[in-house]
Amino acid sequence: MMEILQGLDWSPLWISVKTGIVATVLSFFLGIFAARKVISLGTKGKSVWDGLLTLPLVLPPTVAGFFLLLIFSRRRPFGIFLYDTFDISAVHTWLGCILAATVIAFPLMYRNARAAFEQIDINLIHAGRTLGMSEMKIFWKVAVPAAGPGLASGTVLTFARAMGEYGATSMLAGNIPGKTGTISQKIAMVIQDGDYATAGVWVVIVLVIAFAAVFVINLIAGSKMKNIRRW
Amino acid sequence: MGIFVDIYRDMGDFTLDVSIKSSAKRIGILGASGSGKSMTLRMLAGIDKPDRGRIEIDGRVLYSIEDKIDLKPQKRNVGYMFQNYALFPSMTVLQNISAGVKGTKEEKTAKAGEMLSRFGLSGLEGRLPGQLSGGQQQRVALARIMASEPDVILLDEPYSALDVYLKDRMQLEMMNMLDDFDGQVIMVSHSRDELYRFSDELYILSEGKVISGGRTEDVFQNPGCLEAARLTGCKNFSAVRKTGDHLLEAADWGITLYLKQDIPDDVKYAGYRAHCFTPVWGEMERNCIPFILERVDSLLFEKNYCIRPQGQSGADYLIYWYCQEYRQKMIEERGLPDYLKFDEEQILLLK
Repeated sequence: MMEILQGLDWSPLWISVKTGIVATVLSFFLGIFAARKVISLGTKGKSVWDGLLTLPLVLPPTVAGFFLLLIFSRRRPFGIFLYDTFDISAVHTWLGCILAATVIAFPLMYRNARAAFEQIDINLIHAGRTLGMSEMKIFWKVAVPAAGPGLASGTVLTFARAMGEYGATSMLAGNIPGKTGTISQKIAMVIQDGDYATAGVWVVIVLVIAFAAVFVINLIAGSKMKNIRRW
Repeated sequence: MGIFVDIYRDMGDFTLDVSIKSSAKRIGILGASGSGKSMTLRMLAGIDKPDRGRIEIDGRVLYSIEDKIDLKPQKRNVGYMFQNYALFPSMTVLQNISAGVKGTKEEKTAKAGEMLSRFGLSGLEGRLPGQLSGGQQQRVALARIMASEPDVILLDEPYSALDVYLKDRMQLEMMNMLDDFDGQVIMVSHSRDELYRFSDELYILSEGKVISGGRTEDVFQNPGCLEAARLTGCKNFSAVRKTGDHLLEAADWGITLYLKQDIPDDVKYAGYRAHCFTPVWGEMERNCIPFILERVDSLLFEKNYCIRPQGQSGADYLIYWYCQEYRQKMIEERGLPDYLKFDEEQILLLK
């Protein structure tokens, strides 16, 4: 056991955690923004946009990975443009990890945010308006805190999903040790080699991180929310 | 000066078509649920939109279909108190009150501090709305509105979330707190008692239309039409036919009423409040009806005698007589009266 731990390459852990955090931050703001926009749409626009934004959640991750490759491949127009103009490449880079994780995890944030916003007492928004508060202020000071519990759970789920992303990541970013090799990919790889001991170590690490993340966020959310009466 | 509202909205199964022009300081809008009274307020505040019409406050146009004006709620300067108060749950009392104050942080805090002491909320500034009682929440809601210095305050069923004891106290409190407010206040309610106490002018809404309006006392004394009389709490009605300048045949009551005043030609119904009957023993007088007692219900401070005019049968003809306590003593001593007398001054002539 000690030998395995001593010989362990810890890079998958840092790559996964970094990816998870960045993807969660991106999804958090994008998800809230998308939710806010979709709520204000009419019935028809709502169904269309909701469908599009939820798609990555229901599609097999490899299909999402396929589309990402189509867009960012350096043999295709957009990928070429990005590389030539900004020297940015998503294929086989850490950026690819982030992109894949964000696309896959984003719908969780978006859907949770939307549900949370839709459950807010609409009179709170009206009250803010009649009191002369700006829409911006109403959104960040009234709507977001009132939707707090829903947003918190959305964030937890998003982080968990982003950190564990496998399918789309393996297609777009690949499994380059020390660069794009995430824990999920590491586990798949060592299992293929029949190295169950190493796989088991990583499984335990994933379990601990996942539980700790959920626990910590619930704790923070709980202390902030304890005075908000919810049914 | 004052408010001018002329709004129309077609919603398929319901049409709102309300015009109110008033410079009274306290305006009441009475109506059953679904009569469009809350919607009228919401349109005034800019929360809902009419299809067409015009809304002005003190000559300032808030909405006009012709001039293509439709101010945002933020620009209307109309304070709105919601039925559930809509206090921001994550903000403290102090933050709630200062939410609508314009100016620097210092000005906000100063204004909010002034409101705290004026509304008897000192010491509660750090509490969250969920930690307040119903009455305190209402005071915070009003303080928050007053702090934003609106031109007009709208109260949407302000007492409906309070229990009976608190309701009574808050009605008094609210009147006192609103005393310092120079602008107009419009209160919407389904309770005639609340509105009678509160309003200088009263408008009665039914199915999206104003069916009666004017000085509160005038409206109660002369509601004008059947539905309005019903909403002001009148319990007894009869279809009537004018049979002479001073004679009115009330078919449902089985009596011809004599009135000193000239009876208008277009009168269709007569209304009579359950409190206003006088019991008569012995000789039958003018405007008296003989009756049969159907049942007696005990109310808190009076008894409700449910009677049927002699010669009429069926539930449609029941007449309600609220008999005050002192009269019950007389009934105990002398037995049930032989007749009930209509006081001609109290008869409501309705269209």
